[in-house]
Amino acid sequence: MANVFTRIGEWVNERAPNLAPTYRKHMTEYYAPKNFNLWYYFGSLALLVLVNQIVTGIFLTMNYKTSAAEAFGSVEYIMRDVEWGWLIRYMHSTGASLFFVVVFLHMFRGLMYGSYKKPRELVWILGMLIFLVLMAEAFMGYVLPWGNMSFWGAKVIISLFGTIPVIGSTLVEWIMGDYLPADATLNRFFALHVIALPLVLLLLVVLHLAALHEVGSNNPDGVEIKKGPKGNRWDALKPADGIPFHPYYTVKDLVGVGFFLLIAAFIIFFAPTFGGWFLEHDNFIPANNLVTPSHIKPVWYFTPFYAILRMIPSFFSTAIWGVLGMFGAIALLFALPWIDAGKVKSIRYRGTGFKVALGLFVLAFVLLGAVGAGVTAEVIPEWFGDVDVTFWENAFGRLMTLIYFGYFVFLWFYTRLGWEKTKPVPERVTTHD
Amino acid sequence: MANEVVDHGRRRFLTATTAVVGGVGVVAAAVPFIKSWEPSARAKAAGAPVTVDISKIEPGQKVTYPWRGLPVFVVNRTKEQLDALPSQDNRLVDAKSEGSSADQQPKYAQNEYRSIKPEWLVLVGLCTHLGCVPDFVPVMKPEPFDPEWKGGFYCPCHKSRYDMAGRVYAGVPAPKNLLVPPYHFVDDKTIQVGVDPKEAG
Amino acid sequence: MTKRFIFSIALALGLVVGSVSAQAEEGGLPPSGSGVRDQASLQRGAKLFFNYCVGCHSLKYVRYSRIAEDLGLSEQEVMDNLNFTGAKFGETVVSHMPEADAQKFFGKAPPDLSLEVRAKTADWVYAYLNSFYLDPSRPVGWNNTVFPNASMPFPLWELQGVQTAVKKPGSEEVEKLELSRPGKLTPEQYHQAARDLTSFLEYASEPAALQRQKYGIWVLLFLAGFTLLAYMLKKEYWKDVH
Repeated sequence: MANVFTRIGEWVNERAPNLAPTYRKHMTEYYAPKNFNLWYYFGSLALLVLVNQIVTGIFLTMNYKTSAAEAFGSVEYIMRDVEWGWLIRYMHSTGASLFFVVVFLHMFRGLMYGSYKKPRELVWILGMLIFLVLMAEAFMGYVLPWGNMSFWGAKVIISLFGTIPVIGSTLVEWIMGDYLPADATLNRFFALHVIALPLVLLLLVVLHLAALHEVGSNNPDGVEIKKGPKGNRWDALKPADGIPFHPYYTVKDLVGVGFFLLIAAFIIFFAPTFGGWFLEHDNFIPANNLVTPSHIKPVWYFTPFYAILRMIPSFFSTAIWGVLGMFGAIALLFALPWIDAGKVKSIRYRGTGFKVALGLFVLAFVLLGAVGAGVTAEVIPEWFGDVDVTFWENAFGRLMTLIYFGYFVFLWFYTRLGWEKTKPVPERVTTHD
Repeated sequence: MANEVVDHGRRRFLTATTAVVGGVGVVAAAVPFIKSWEPSARAKAAGAPVTVDISKIEPGQKVTYPWRGLPVFVVNRTKEQLDALPSQDNRLVDAKSEGSSADQQPKYAQNEYRSIKPEWLVLVGLCTHLGCVPDFVPVMKPEPFDPEWKGGFYCPCHKSRYDMAGRVYAGVPAPKNLLVPPYHFVDDKTIQVGVDPKEAG
Repeated sequence: MTKRFIFSIALALGLVVGSVSAQAEEGGLPPSGSGVRDQASLQRGAKLFFNYCVGCHSLKYVRYSRIAEDLGLSEQEVMDNLNFTGAKFGETVVSHMPEADAQKFFGKAPPDLSLEVRAKTADWVYAYLNSFYLDPSRPVGWNNTVFPNASMPFPLWELQGVQTAVKKPGSEEVEKLELSRPGKLTPEQYHQAARDLTSFLEYASEPAALQRQKYGIWVLLFLAGFTLLAYMLKKEYWKDVH
């Protein structure tokens, strides 16, 4: 039996001599720093969720009907009449939200340990492109069930393009293929959601990983292990602080996968709507172009950006400032490797100013999410009684928006004017485990 | 530093156990996806038993009803047609429906007429070769495809022939007799296709 | 340092979870106490639905056969006691009333209730069923404090009795509802009936809830075992790493 496998292996090797070296390059001979901590699980988890979305998505298309008249009913058909259809649908809807949970944490890890800094700018840019495509993918997927939130969400988001001077209104009609989100819109979003964007996403993921493996992984100490001493128990020429990705990080990631699946399964089986956050109440009402839901808001993972949009008022008789602010919030993240000129990567050895700023930045991001989701509008009268809710919500939201943008401004001056007092970075990684 | 001995036995055992448990998990997770291809509740409802009024079917006549989207033939056979059945036995593949066609009818229709009541023949009208719908050719007269034709079904696709009990002739592409679906008589004038007499109580 | 950051993230997550639960008790409605686990309650709720509601409201995504299977009823019981429209066992629940008539009687077609609980929450439906009061100014003679100016008459009045509104002095605002004429049921019995009906609609909103709760626990146990194994495997391999 073993002989058969060896011979098959030899047969393949003769015809594809680069296959085995490629595997070794990315698995057994990819030397990753040995001091990865909790924050380094989320990359492999994002890959897991991507696979989940593709597999469950393929099975959903088998029963989903791409038409404004039938889409809503076909989702309920999947939920009720198709054997196990409910599980496949919940795996997809929960996966969508968890995708963003995992990606946000993955990005935060990058901010914390300076993973966007030289020589990993390309990895960061590719990652940001993944994030951008993922948002488009999620938005279009959210439209497909054709519930009332799908419809109005689509309408509001597409209307953003209407604020672009001159071409705005033509562009909006072009995107929808109609005068409101309609059958044509649903059909094109379906095509983009199930094939076009996933292909782009897969390509970007491959490039993101390829770019990472060219330069090697960063680590919580922000030390370049390739520049450190050589020689470990597996290879005399490889970094002393590196360990082979396989088996050490494959088995470690397996533990992460186990924990993650426990959380995911708990949500799928016991709280699939997650209190109206993953599947919203108003989206169980079929799309109605005459009645807007009373609380119109995007799904939670868009709310921070949506809040920035809402908090920036229109002036000079155009609403484009909010749209610019929203896209600017993402564009600044793209530019982060060039905004942050700090010499030290990891937060462990950076100045107090950076630590405080990053903490405030994350807090502002989460609280902007709360503003965008309408939580502040609910909480303000509860906590402070009879006050002008809109005024205080705007004041609060604008403060958070300022902090969000302030982070980038602060970082620019902080790292260029010599304000940052860093700690000495060790020669080698400190093993914390 | 690296001077402790690696316990290869434990390592192999844990790797194998984790792989097996993980494999079981993957297979279990695949089950819902595979089962999602089974007929849905809607398909099952659409394929529910069909009740048919047979009082209007004249002797010698065939009427087709849809059941689960399949054509079900209900034939009121004449005495002459029934009498001619035994004469065909030695030209058929499985005259007694006990060999290759043992599963082509419920037990209660496994008899010389392949039916519950001799005159009433109920068949799924799909050729057992490749699933075409055979023509009903009831008249006993020499036919181009069979000079000794005693009535029956002729498939236009690949020339398979069946007699008036849906039994397949030897030497044609079709391997088995036509399928008899589960059915029962609600009363003398009504049959229900899709339910066995036993289930109907 | 990392610890402090984990702490701040935990704090942020705490805020999110807090707001989730804040969202759950939306509008300060009292908890319905309904649920899909109590089969007897579901059966009583189904009976109420098919006696009082199906005249106007459909459950167009729910099949009679599925109700039988999930509520532990036989085909005979469902067809005799719940199905009054002559629909087939495998068909979905369509109301008695043609849509055009409904349009004429109430100004708009009564909504399908297949997803009512998912769209409005169980607490809302339960509160709605308890909040009808007599209001001669409305075309159908009834009004509702939870859903003001609802164009729905109150078919359960013979069970609950008739409620009338006590207005705030010098205002049109309803302060509270009073039972001005008792019905066939005591208030406690009626609350239970409304709870049963809410439970049935909760079930109708998501029949899969019964399955997912049944299988979920086994999936979690399996995953816990797998995670433990993976952890032991990781520990074993990582003995190499110093």
